[in-house]
Amino acid sequence: MMRIEPRQPSRVVNVAVPVLAALVSLLLAAIPLALAGADVLAAFRLMWSGVFGSPFAFTETLTRATPLILTGLAAALAFRAKLWNIGGEGQLYLGALAAVALGSGAISAPPAVMIPLVLLAGAAAGAAGMAVPAFLKVRFGADEVVTTLLLNFVILLFVQMMLEGPLQDPMGMGWPQSAPVIEKATLPQLMDRMRVHAGLLIGLGLAVLFHILLTRTTWGMKMRAVGENAPAARHAGIPVTRTLMGAALISGGLAGLAGVGEVAGLKGYLTADLSPGYGYAGIVVAMLARLSPLGTVASALFIAAVFVGADSMSRAIGVSSYLADLVVAIALLCVLIGGFVSRYRIVRVRTGEAP
Amino acid sequence: MTDRQSPVVLRLAGLTKRFGSVLANDAVELDLRRGEILALLGENGAGKTTLMNMLFGHYLPDAGHVEIIGPDGRLAPLPAGHPEAALRAGIGMVHQHFTLAYNLSALDNIVLGAEPLLAWRRDRQAARAKIDAIMARSGLTVALDAPVSQLSVGERQRVEILKALYREARILVLDEPTAVLTPQEADSLFETVGRMAADGLSVIFISHKLREVLAFSHRIEVLRHGRNVGGMATADADETRIARLMVGAETATDPRPPMAPGAPVLELRGVSVAGPDARRSLTGATLEVRAHEIVGIAGVSGNGQSALAALLSGLAEPESGEMRLADAPVARFTPAAFVAAGVGRIPEDRHHEGVVPDMSVAENLVIEALGDPEVSRLGFLRRGAIRARTAEACAEFDVRGPGPYAPVRLLSGGNMQKLILARVFGRAPRLILANQPTRGLDLGAAHAVARRLLEARARGAGVVLISEDLDEILSLADRIVVMHDGGMREAASRDRAAIGLMMAGQAAA
Amino acid sequence: MMEILDILANPNFWSASIRIATPLIFGVLGALLCERAGVLNLGIEGIFVAGAMAGWMAVWLGLGLWGGIAVAALTGAGFGLIHAILTVPLGLSQHVSGLGVTLLATSLSYFTYRTALPDVSTPPRIVPFRALDIPLLSDIPFLGPALFQQTALSWLALAAVALVWWVLARTPLGLAIRAVGDNPDAVDAQGLSVYGLRIGAVMAGSALMAIGGSFLTMAAFDAFFFGMVNGRGWICIALVIFASWRPWKALAGALLFGAFDAFQVRLQTEYGNAVPGQIFLMAPYILSIIALVVAARRADYPRALLTPWFKGQR
Repeated sequence: MMRIEPRQPSRVVNVAVPVLAALVSLLLAAIPLALAGADVLAAFRLMWSGVFGSPFAFTETLTRATPLILTGLAAALAFRAKLWNIGGEGQLYLGALAAVALGSGAISAPPAVMIPLVLLAGAAAGAAGMAVPAFLKVRFGADEVVTTLLLNFVILLFVQMMLEGPLQDPMGMGWPQSAPVIEKATLPQLMDRMRVHAGLLIGLGLAVLFHILLTRTTWGMKMRAVGENAPAARHAGIPVTRTLMGAALISGGLAGLAGVGEVAGLKGYLTADLSPGYGYAGIVVAMLARLSPLGTVASALFIAAVFVGADSMSRAIGVSSYLADLVVAIALLCVLIGGFVSRYRIVRVRTGEAP
Repeated sequence: MTDRQSPVVLRLAGLTKRFGSVLANDAVELDLRRGEILALLGENGAGKTTLMNMLFGHYLPDAGHVEIIGPDGRLAPLPAGHPEAALRAGIGMVHQHFTLAYNLSALDNIVLGAEPLLAWRRDRQAARAKIDAIMARSGLTVALDAPVSQLSVGERQRVEILKALYREARILVLDEPTAVLTPQEADSLFETVGRMAADGLSVIFISHKLREVLAFSHRIEVLRHGRNVGGMATADADETRIARLMVGAETATDPRPPMAPGAPVLELRGVSVAGPDARRSLTGATLEVRAHEIVGIAGVSGNGQSALAALLSGLAEPESGEMRLADAPVARFTPAAFVAAGVGRIPEDRHHEGVVPDMSVAENLVIEALGDPEVSRLGFLRRGAIRARTAEACAEFDVRGPGPYAPVRLLSGGNMQKLILARVFGRAPRLILANQPTRGLDLGAAHAVARRLLEARARGAGVVLISEDLDEILSLADRIVVMHDGGMREAASRDRAAIGLMMAGQAAA
Repeated sequence: MMEILDILANPNFWSASIRIATPLIFGVLGALLCERAGVLNLGIEGIFVAGAMAGWMAVWLGLGLWGGIAVAALTGAGFGLIHAILTVPLGLSQHVSGLGVTLLATSLSYFTYRTALPDVSTPPRIVPFRALDIPLLSDIPFLGPALFQQTALSWLALAAVALVWWVLARTPLGLAIRAVGDNPDAVDAQGLSVYGLRIGAVMAGSALMAIGGSFLTMAAFDAFFFGMVNGRGWICIALVIFASWRPWKALAGALLFGAFDAFQVRLQTEYGNAVPGQIFLMAPYILSIIALVVAARRADYPRALLTPWFKGQR
């Protein structure tokens, strides 16, 4: 017979759990690899070299990690307040849409004005995208999980509509894509001939900023209190609704910034397949980081490496790159179980001896 | 009455249970005879509930076992850790917190689990006939078809007992059955139980109220710190003797020195607050609490106490009437404004409203004071100052636990309550709302709460003490106000029976 | 106006409504069963995908249509078991676990499909369920083609509604499921297994969801495409709240939704030139959100939904 007992949190366990979860998810990837008939060791070697094999490969991982840090932060902050923002994907597209709406020639100014403007516009659009479900939650009690999930589809259709309508590139030969972001609004590259851009620095800066805000300020404490026990927070005089709305706007804004980075830092224009699910992957990033802003950076790098490595392996030996999604999903479930292990311990209970 | 010749139907032999470092039950022995009403007496935290949870299979004993009479009339061991085995053996348990599904009718709750799970349909007719017969025999009547959510607390308790009788329980365990009843309801419950015992049912009833134990049981077994400390026939018992057994050497309560009340700190004039229904609202309440005064709010829970508590906590705004704090009308009904106005609030449900269990002791201590200059500067927490303040408060209020940065969920109930006391009294409040402040606490912690309330009174604070425990109110309050159906009336005397009648909504006292 | 009447007068509109509603009926029923037992199952979107893929794959491998349904149901139950183990005995976040199951089921389905069929440009087809002709009824003018020319799966969906209703309302098992979603302690005190009931309900509910998914590849279409579920699972989660956790209301909600969707498709062909097509495509999602907002105020959630329960801790 087993019994579950709470255990004291420990820093070691807090770090060990996600690391183990990541490792286990990679190891478990051997099963589908073997079933797909691949040489498992060779596949892992290919994944490794796909990530660390060359400076370019590694900067690719950094490039992939950039939006993941931001969507990961978006999910982590919302989840801290127990606001289930699953709409990162849609908010990312809204951010990207705002960036091309302003940055593709609608207005022009020196980069020192233009870049902050585009960033702000993207953040505002993402925030607006999360404001709707947050409002529906606090005003009508509509479950934000479902509304944010459904809004992802609405927003993607809206983006397609814009790309076939007002925002379509007149020079694009009828393709549903936006006009390119002008030079002055483009985020600078960090390294010559590499795709990694200033969005990475923004992500890193924001991770540090939110780490400080969460742990060192009254704002962070209020947000954690609301998330962990809203009735007690309300009883203690913390304005719960306002705190939730604040968390919602920040979360949406961060996801919006991820979209800005993708169009203004990487792709240069907007298409409806801008994101291969960065918004959803952000949830895994956040969970793997155990909702810590600094941890988000590490887990975003891991997820990005999985994607880059699997892509490269897939090109070499033809195993489907959906393997990466599989690893990500398993990592999420592993870290969830790990959370249990770090919070409780299972104690073997002796049964009363038979008379 | 039972006699010594009635067979033993249940024997607990050396039951031992340890939770972490706490020995909740230490080799407890107990015999129960047919037709006997055995009172299991002990203070909060004495291990009564743990013992019964082992009997019923909710907990596994670390040592010892349960024997129960079989169909052959001989005692046989009961497998540990299987509620269904306990049920089959004829043990019925009425928990202190009812285990009812509120979305189901009384009938469905009674029948739940009694039929083979995979039958293709339920035989409600047969079930109804059987329940009707039980109701007629025992005198326990309830409306069978209404959802349990619509029943009163007393009716829900009857449903719980009917559940046990429907399962043909021969042994009935009642865990603190009168905690939620008026004295009159309690009397009628014991009358019924007495009749059923005469009919051959064996009853264990758990209580910490001496009065009812002496009035209704046949035999008394006292537990203290998880051990048997004495058993006797009720006929041989008297109040002082069992009180001494229960609490050990300590004497019961601190004396309440007489004190002249000062200026009003709280005035309610015809205040109404909406609740989930009329019964649980506050209707036209008038109340005055002065400095150096503890006003006890007596009443059966669910008669508007939560609306009153919400009002005094700043969580609810009155629909009509006037509320004044320290002679100034209240303008903003928010918890923050009330804290600022010098109201200290000890909430009823510690885990739900009192603390954020996953945040640290230090954070929970300052959570009401985030704007104070000692706690934060420019929005940044002053961690050194908070650490010092926490160390000081934990020492002063004797909060014990794994340290100031450990999450509060790891604290015991008593230490959690002391932490809340530290938070409230650290701000020297002028008005204190203490809502069920000692519920579920062990004796030591309960004493600490009472002492703090009396100290605050001496210092000049006014206290509103809401409690279901009439004894607590009688020992602490200067004045007593009774709540019934959302209304408040002051008790003219401190007479238990008169207050009981007021709690039941009858006759002015 | 005339166009709208034309749409309503066309039996094809009504039969399309039922066709669109069928997978949703299974999905809503499945989610309802899980939630009645106290477990939110956000794995639904992925379980739809897995059911669609596994059922189709089984048929393609030669197991026959009903074999495909069985495989889909088993696949769904398997993913349900994962969700149930994580959320019931381990008591982990139902939100996160459900999303994890969705990611897992989706990626595993895609990976398996890609691995089994690496180099196909056009997806291979199977012979799907055909509409059944019911003697006499199918020949009634208008009503026949409108209501009585459906595949066996639509009839199965109807039967599933009746079955779930009967089980919940009329059997001891259903009573226990309703009780465990309201107060697990009540079930435990009566000697029933909280874990057993919840795990069973989640597995059965997930099997229903997967059958709903398999309708897409085995009746609505005849092949498996990436992204073909497209939020249907999330719509079901909204519809459960709209249906206030009652099977017949769930049927009504799904049919209403199907009718609306069929209607917007027809409006799109009518007005497609004047209004961007995406507006019509957004309609089902927006409708679901509106339904959720309308229902949320009076939603009577199962009391124990989302709350983990541990044995021996009360």
